[in-house]
Amino acid sequence: MGQKPFFDEMTTAGGDIRAVYRRIAQWLEQSPPELLASRRHQAELMFRRIGITFAVYGDQDATERLIPFDIIPRVLSRSEWTRLEKGLIQRVTALNAFLADLYGTGEILKAGIVPSDIIYRNPAYRPEMAGRPVPHNIYVHIAGIDVVRVDENDFYVLEDNARTPSGVSYMLENREVMMRLVPDLFAACRVAPVENYPEHLRACLRSVAPLSAGGDPTIVVLTPGQYNSAYYEHSFLADKLGVELVEGRDLLVRDGFVYMRTTQGRKRVDVIYRRLDDDFLDPLAFRPDSALGVPGLMSVYQAGNVTLANAVGTGVADDKAVYTYMPEIIRFYTGEEPILKNVPTWRCREPEALKYVLDHLPELVVKEVNGSGGYGMLVGPHASKDEIATFAQKLKADPANFIAQPTLSLSTCPASFAQGIGPRHVDLRPFVLSGADGVRVVPGGLTRVALKEGSLVVNSSQGGGTKDTWVIDDPQAV
Amino acid sequence: MLSRTADNLFWFARYMERADFIARIANTTRRLASLPSGDGGAANEWEAALSAAGALEPYEAVHGAVDPDKAVDFLLFDARNPSSIVNCIESGRVNARAVRTALTIETWETINAGWQEMKKVQRQHAQKPLDTEELVAFLDMAMKLALDVDGSAYRTMLRNDAYWFSRLGLYVERADNTARILDVKYNILLPETEAVGGSLDYFQWNAILRAVSAVTSYHWIYREGVKPWLIADLLILRPEMPRSLIACYGEIVRFLDAIANAYGRQGAAQRRARQTYTKLQNATMKQVFTTGLHEFLTEFIEDNYEIGGAIAEQYLLD
Repeated sequence: MGQKPFFDEMTTAGGDIRAVYRRIAQWLEQSPPELLASRRHQAELMFRRIGITFAVYGDQDATERLIPFDIIPRVLSRSEWTRLEKGLIQRVTALNAFLADLYGTGEILKAGIVPSDIIYRNPAYRPEMAGRPVPHNIYVHIAGIDVVRVDENDFYVLEDNARTPSGVSYMLENREVMMRLVPDLFAACRVAPVENYPEHLRACLRSVAPLSAGGDPTIVVLTPGQYNSAYYEHSFLADKLGVELVEGRDLLVRDGFVYMRTTQGRKRVDVIYRRLDDDFLDPLAFRPDSALGVPGLMSVYQAGNVTLANAVGTGVADDKAVYTYMPEIIRFYTGEEPILKNVPTWRCREPEALKYVLDHLPELVVKEVNGSGGYGMLVGPHASKDEIATFAQKLKADPANFIAQPTLSLSTCPASFAQGIGPRHVDLRPFVLSGADGVRVVPGGLTRVALKEGSLVVNSSQGGGTKDTWVIDDPQAV
Repeated sequence: MLSRTADNLFWFARYMERADFIARIANTTRRLASLPSGDGGAANEWEAALSAAGALEPYEAVHGAVDPDKAVDFLLFDARNPSSIVNCIESGRVNARAVRTALTIETWETINAGWQEMKKVQRQHAQKPLDTEELVAFLDMAMKLALDVDGSAYRTMLRNDAYWFSRLGLYVERADNTARILDVKYNILLPETEAVGGSLDYFQWNAILRAVSAVTSYHWIYREGVKPWLIADLLILRPEMPRSLIACYGEIVRFLDAIANAYGRQGAAQRRARQTYTKLQNATMKQVFTTGLHEFLTEFIEDNYEIGGAIAEQYLLD
């Protein structure tokens, strides 16, 4: 990809401030370092007091850590957002059609567009779901699509998250904190609101309730419990939705329905927004050693007496091997050209691609097909010779398990540190809701930022931070 | 409401109340133990404190003979003591965190901030044991935390079952604490109180009042010197004393009734609580002393324990 300078979202290569960032730049210029420092401190206090923490697996001491928050907002113009939004809706619509097809008649496999072995040999494919339609044919009710920019024009999709994507609480809390932190700047910029996300989510979940639920379905959020890394988010969402936050042990199955145990006896549950992976949902159907789920839940689900959001088996669609086929999948189901681009990807299962990848490891990012959270990947340009050699062995041993991508020159945004202000790489995870009444995206999302200088890894488990994301009206030409 | 949520709320409040109680006992014992022995500084002070805190057995299992420094550490910091202050605050927060959505943001922030403060002191203590001044500051912090949690819950929580279950936890725990400290102190002091009135007793009895923050209340109500039977009267039968057994039971009955009204059904918990309350209402101090204070308190502690069990059975388990 060469030594092309990174695309900075605030400043052009010539040093000019882009119009959409004008107010932010003014604010930064007018704020002395001490003021920014005190804002950073205030923000940290606010987050700590609310208790927004997440756990880092494998880190004994830091069982509850704050995700670093950067106080400089990331800005998108309304027109950029509109284009992105269209692309997201198109992509998630295709994902849902794809899943309905995979668990239905499999037209896309028959047409030879996606090879059937990457579906049927995928551990996330759930044969239990085959031939069992779900309400309104919606599988992915909540999707988190990770997008990046590399230049002024294009958004690339890095990853589709169709299982239990997290991070939306940060989107909402970041906004809350920014509104308290810089009320004047916020008001001057007229930022598009994201606060109605819980309303949309509730409407979405209600719309997919089983028919037998009647007019006022009971919705719950199912969490693995307070030691899960995203527990804060689970409780946050239950609170905002105004529904119970349940653990597996709060639910039970009787006579074909799911009930929760309450102080007034058992109460029927109709829609479960589950933040528990498929494997743990029901020890009778999946992992028998799991104590987190609800014995018998799958049988109720298969009988259509409870809705799970997201549906069981969506993981087959956000797999990195399937990702490489997304442009074809979108064309197949929507008849349109994909609006959002895919990052060019080598499928190591194909011998020619494998050869290319092995020859170019120092330039490439290689990921496990089923990995997540930045674990088990190789970032060629930042890896030592030894690391590359070791990884090459792993790759050769099981090529089908890997894909490779060029190291993208992710765009940068300014971030504020004790040492001053500097550009850092960012990505964006907007949250896409699909209900019976259509697909919705609130204007914004979670911007993740790689706080280490030069780093391209934005995952919170690897030292990434977050920013508030502002969609503002296109500035008038001055 | 989820049964588990009610259970977490009940225990959240119980642990915060217990943290407060342990801090008070440790504080008064420390004062007593620093007195010259002629004025009440008895050697078995810390044994009594451990006993009132229900921690004597676990202490002896770990350390054997009672030693003041070890006792303080055990009551405040030891992870092996389920009722140590750090364990109470930790368990209180774990319960609160499990039901964050049932608490107000104010109450959650109070417990969370207090927990963070506690963790800081705990780390500090692990590196270099706290000196007396720091210990006192920690005890003050624990008491203030309980006060703040209580106050924020009182000021901000909706008056619905979430509030009622947490209040039940608080009063069941408080009744237990009051009964225990009274029982332990009377047991220790009784052999020597045959000749009541020495300065030794004065400090000892005063310490009970201090432990339940009732020194001033005592003087307002009785307007005379500290007398053992008046202290017992104050802590058992005086409805205006917020930590007396009768006051606790007034509240327990009230909140259980509120739950029964909201749910449209009475049960064993309501019946048993009312029985205990009636027993207290009909009791006189003379009668209590005739049966024997220790017997009376033992029976009360037993009843109170069973009412906790009845609440659990009726609402907190499925």
